[in-house]
Amino acid sequence: MKVRVNIILKPSVLDPQGQAVANSLIGQGFNNIKNVRQGKILDIEFNSNEVDMNMINEMCEGFLTNPLVEDYAIEEINM
Amino acid sequence: MKIGIVVFPGSNCDNDLFRAFEKQKLYKVIFLWHKDTDLPKDLDLCAIPGGFSFGDYLRTGAIASKSPIINSIIKFANSGRFVLGICNGFQILCETGLLPGILLRNTSTKFVCKNQILKVCNSNTSFSKLYNENEEVNFPIAHHDGNYFVNNETKKMIYDNNQIAFKYHKNNPNGSVDNIAGIYSQNHRILGLMPHPERRVSSEIGLDGERLFRSLNI
Repeated sequence: MKVRVNIILKPSVLDPQGQAVANSLIGQGFNNIKNVRQGKILDIEFNSNEVDMNMINEMCEGFLTNPLVEDYAIEEINM
Repeated sequence: MKIGIVVFPGSNCDNDLFRAFEKQKLYKVIFLWHKDTDLPKDLDLCAIPGGFSFGDYLRTGAIASKSPIINSIIKFANSGRFVLGICNGFQILCETGLLPGILLRNTSTKFVCKNQILKVCNSNTSFSKLYNENEEVNFPIAHHDGNYFVNNETKKMIYDNNQIAFKYHKNNPNGSVDNIAGIYSQNHRILGLMPHPERRVSSEIGLDGERLFRSLNI
């Protein structure tokens, strides 16, 4: 089984990297840019075909994200 | 007093911190390895140095905060003993939950490396009692992720409990909430700060950091 964890800063947290990307895009002439938020993606492959979602949430909340400033979403990827 | 400096892969201020303590001729200083599972029984202070542990991968301090030695450090801290985290050490202490908040990317998005004036916000702790209240000190800063962030509820708590250790003075180099540069735990025995007092312990370049390393023995 393979899952994709999408991690993004919470809307209330300033994202200076996303802002820098947005400013650069606007500077390159892409004038229709309202906002950019930069996150990260982790693709995790498991040994077994069935994986307990609670365990994936535990990994995300205890290590892969800092719940103080980040939100995450899990999606299953078909191999 | 016995001081242990924890070394992670990517630590790079461990030797500076070792010398800053040793130079005072007050302490027995040893290095500890991040894979150690137990701390020496007679240890009085555990210090986590600056650097880029595990390449700052995932989040600064996140991977180090799950190292084998960390459970022992948490128990050590919870038994009321001293813990000091400087720069990456501060980031690691936040990730372990021993200190509230998190260090985010500087709002400038740039690595900042310069001398910085700080204000001593609490001169009544074991780390700060040789400084005067509101004294201005010059400690260098060198970081990419020093933007201290904490939610309003926790911020109120750290103010109510006098947990602010240092604030950036005259300018804010990284976007930190309320110019916060360093904080204490509730019992004021854990200190985390982004600036580097261990780089100000010689008469050639300045001695502002020295009292922090001397005060623990008094």
